[in-house]
Parts: sequence; structure tokens; C-alpha cells
Amino acid sequence: MVAQNVAFWIFAAFMAVGAVRVVTTDNIVHAALWLVLVLAGGAAQFIILGQEFVAWVQVIVYIGAVIVLFLFGIMLTRAPMEAEEKLNNNLRWPGLVAALLFSGTIAWAFIDEWGNDNVALTKPVRTKEVGELIFRGYLVPFEVVGVLLLAALIGAVVMARKD
Amino acid sequence: MMLNQFLLLSAFLFGTGIYGVITRKHTVLVLASIELMLVAVNINLVAFGATLNNAVGQVFALFVLAIAAAEVGVGLAIVLLIYRNLRSANPDDVNVLKG
Repeated sequence: MVAQNVAFWIFAAFMAVGAVRVVTTDNIVHAALWLVLVLAGGAAQFIILGQEFVAWVQVIVYIGAVIVLFLFGIMLTRAPMEAEEKLNNNLRWPGLVAALLFSGTIAWAFIDEWGNDNVALTKPVRTKEVGELIFRGYLVPFEVVGVLLLAALIGAVVMARKD
Repeated sequence: MMLNQFLLLSAFLFGTGIYGVITRKHTVLVLASIELMLVAVNINLVAFGATLNNAVGQVFALFVLAIAAAEVGVGLAIVLLIYRNLRSANPDDVNVLKG
């Protein structure tokens, strides 16, 4: 448990730094790469929590596919590759107030409700259990998500092509 | 491990995402901030699933991942269309509906 706690705080520190850099850096490509750090940290937290399947799906889908999509979007919109101008508008203080208000409220609610709960991990959750749960209890939502993904991909192709 | 440490980490990531959505001047970066928020939600779901010692949190996190992938695909297509029409990727420039 001690080792897991130490690992948690190390990865949490990396994720916090990465998240702040994603929203503050002036280099747009660097923002995408800092996002990789946050996503990888998230996958590591899933491993610490013993949920290995979703961790690897996070690596494959987010780091493998979504980040590549982001880099394509950056290149296709001819964004400045080097830091030339500020990428933040002048809403810094309203943004900070909104973020602090929201984070503070839900953090207070979390501490109030689950302040003493422990993550009682007895064993890691195996992929077999995930598969059984998806194809028994959550079959209809799973199929709906599949159709939604198909619709989104066709919609993206139709919107983005030149005609 | 306390459950709280995961919840507070996800609260911090979500707040950072809100800040990014409000302050970023490039639409791709706004989408990246939304991804930050979705990752925060996923950490929450998985932490609660681990606390309950079953796979339900993981299944919900997988659904969130699938929705996130769909959202990025459609979102970037919209960004490309806006860029093609307005020659700009700044969300503040999309103001034809402004009176």
C-alpha cells in the first residue's frame, strides 16, 4: 500500500504539471505533447487502481489515436508551430475564478462525503470480468455506443471532405 | 490508499480543463482542454469502481472513452470547416450570430 501511495503521488505530480502546461503553454504542439503526459499518467493511475483493461485502452485510444488527430488538426489549420503570439485570451481571471469555484465545490463535496473511505483493493479486476459485464449487463448501451461511433465517423468524413 | 486522493486529483484536472476552455484562443486547444475534463471524469469512475471492487467503473470509463473519440473526430471536422471558411481557428472569430 505504501508503494502504491508513493507511485500515486509521483504520477499525480506529473499529471498536475502536465495539465497546467496544456492550458498555459504558448507552443501549440507542446500543448498536445503535454496532454500525452497527462493521459499516460491517467493510465498509470488506472494500473495503480488495479483496472488494467481500461488503462491499456486509454493508451491505445487516447495516446495512439486522439493525440494523432490533434496533431493533424494543428497541421491542417496551419497553426503557428513556434510560439509567436499568445495563445491565451484576456479572460485569465474569469477563467481562474470559474475553475477554482467549480473545483473547490466538488472537492468540498468529495471530502464531505467520502473523506474516510479507502480503496479496498483485494485483487486486480481482470479483463474477463469486464467482458462479461459488457456483454451481459451492458449489451444494449455497448451496441448504442458502437452505432454512435459509426455515425460520428461518417459525419466527420462528410463534413471535412472538399466537394 | 484513500479514495479521496483520486477524487481530488480529478477535481484539479477538471478545473484545469475549465480554465483551458475559457482562456484558450485556438479551437484545437479548447478540444484538448475538454479531453482533460474527460480524463478527470474517467479517473473518478475508475476510482469508485475500484472502491466497490467490481468492473462497473471500468465499463463506464470505456463508454466515456468511446464518446471522447467520437467527439474529437466530429470536433476536428468542425474546426477544419471553420478554418476553411473563416481562415481562422480562433473561437472568438466565429461571431456571425452576434448582434
